[in-house]
Amino acid sequence: MKNIEIFTRGIIRQNPVFVLLLGMCPTLGTTTSAINGMGMGVATMFVLTMSNIAISLIKNLVPGKVRIPAYIVVIASFVTVLQLVMEAYVPELYNTLGVFIPLIVVNCIILGRAEAFASKNNVMSSTMDGLGIGIGFTLSLTVLGAVREILGTYSIFGFKFADTDGILIFVLAPGAFIALAYLLALFNKFKAKLK
Amino acid sequence: MESTLRNMILTLFAITFVGSCAVGAIYLLTKEPIETAKKEKVSNAIGMVVPEFTNDPSEDTIVEEQDGGQLIVYTAKNGEDVVGYAIETYTNNGFSGDIKLMVGFLPDGTIHNIQVLEQNETPGLGSKMADPGNKLIVSFEGKKPSELNMRVAKEGGDIDALTASTISSKAYVEAVQRAYDKFLTIVK
Amino acid sequence: MEYILIIIGAIFVNNVVLAQFLGICPFLGVSNKVSTAIGMGAAVIFVLTIASIAAYMLQYYILVPLGIEFMQTIVFILVIAALVQMVEIIIKKISPSLYQALGVFLPLITTNCAVLGVAILLIQKRLILLESITYAVATAAGFMLALVLFAGIRERLELEDVPNELKGVPIALVTAGILAMAFMGFSGLV
Repeated sequence: MKNIEIFTRGIIRQNPVFVLLLGMCPTLGTTTSAINGMGMGVATMFVLTMSNIAISLIKNLVPGKVRIPAYIVVIASFVTVLQLVMEAYVPELYNTLGVFIPLIVVNCIILGRAEAFASKNNVMSSTMDGLGIGIGFTLSLTVLGAVREILGTYSIFGFKFADTDGILIFVLAPGAFIALAYLLALFNKFKAKLK
Repeated sequence: MESTLRNMILTLFAITFVGSCAVGAIYLLTKEPIETAKKEKVSNAIGMVVPEFTNDPSEDTIVEEQDGGQLIVYTAKNGEDVVGYAIETYTNNGFSGDIKLMVGFLPDGTIHNIQVLEQNETPGLGSKMADPGNKLIVSFEGKKPSELNMRVAKEGGDIDALTASTISSKAYVEAVQRAYDKFLTIVK
Repeated sequence: MEYILIIIGAIFVNNVVLAQFLGICPFLGVSNKVSTAIGMGAAVIFVLTIASIAAYMLQYYILVPLGIEFMQTIVFILVIAALVQMVEIIIKKISPSLYQALGVFLPLITTNCAVLGVAILLIQKRLILLESITYAVATAAGFMLALVLFAGIRERLELEDVPNELKGVPIALVTAGILAMAFMGFSGLV
């Protein structure tokens, strides 16, 4: 498969959130605004791409039976690096995303791509795969965050466009589930039309 | 590669070792920026909540541990005169977790200004406590807590709560009260 | 009194699934039947209790004395993964009947972010050991409650005529949203 194809399929056809339904915890937990969703997406993309690269480099050196623990160590190391860097340079975002940053370790997307793709492919393809899936994830979280922000607070990326409070429920917990449900339904409808 | 016991232990050890070294190196690199970022945040907040000062308030502090949190009093001086006290206070009763505030008092006990240092309240609701000129700050600014009924309006007090965020507002008031109690112990 | 607040807070007010969004994967994945939901819930209570003790010990007897708190994520995930494996092996040896009931759920729990999430949160909240255990058990009980309620609703939903686009996960999410709304009613309790 061509690298460009590997890159693009993660965005729509194998979108991690809307098609594969992976990484639901950060998807629901951090998308109270478009910018928070985007921050979480980019953070996940960083870990995903870096761990994909590292794992495709060491894939032949790791004995099959300890493959999973080895990958977890690699992923956890990158997550810790990310934590430290975010705390130093974007402390506000780091505080807002809170526990979901260390929880990138247990995001099924990352271990899933390591096992299903990076451990069988070369560095170039694995990088493309990580970037593609990462962008797909970031886009999904940004869209969900934007929908919740627009409906919930009548603002977008922090800019208020109406002088009232918005439909508050959408920034609260129930709104996360409901907004994602209807976005998924829309996505399904769109996909059904294409076929 | 073959999965013999020796291979498995060696690889896992090697990966953990390399990983830890990398993380350790980044830790050393980011240690200073993390501390600077934290200090900057505190000193910016102090600058916002007390009148102009000439000393370095972060050098002149009183720290007190109180059930699981920390109260820090920063004294701001202009020359020899105390111009105000910035008190870092907290509450564990926010809608989602801890809230940290920096409350600025003039020497006579008037609240000069309040800054939010840390909060994880619901965006668009409780998080408004960090916006400049919100209802909570307006209720406190330029007033003495001793002359206020330190409860939210819903409970018969003088403090206007944020819309649809009574829990966050009550927590905020509680933190201010905690700072004021501390203030009284210093100036009496 | 404080312990009662922790328990009510963790089960109802800040329900791990419906308010904190931890453990969504098993929440959506193993909630088709009430019986499996109970099994999964029991397994989570079991693992979370052990994991919270382990996390507490690691943090205050190893990471803090050595001054390497920044290694928290790496150490916690490795120990939790190893712990789940060990628990599985031990249960298999000493109580085959318990293994029959919980065994299938154990491997799934390593990737349940509620376990690592609670371990990190109880350190962040600066709880002492007994509070940590209380918090962990109550959180897991909250997980089980949400899971069982949700499974009960989904069993009935099977028989309903749902629009095509909403079938499967979307309608499950709508249900979860309504359940989360119901749980918001508890928010004045603590």
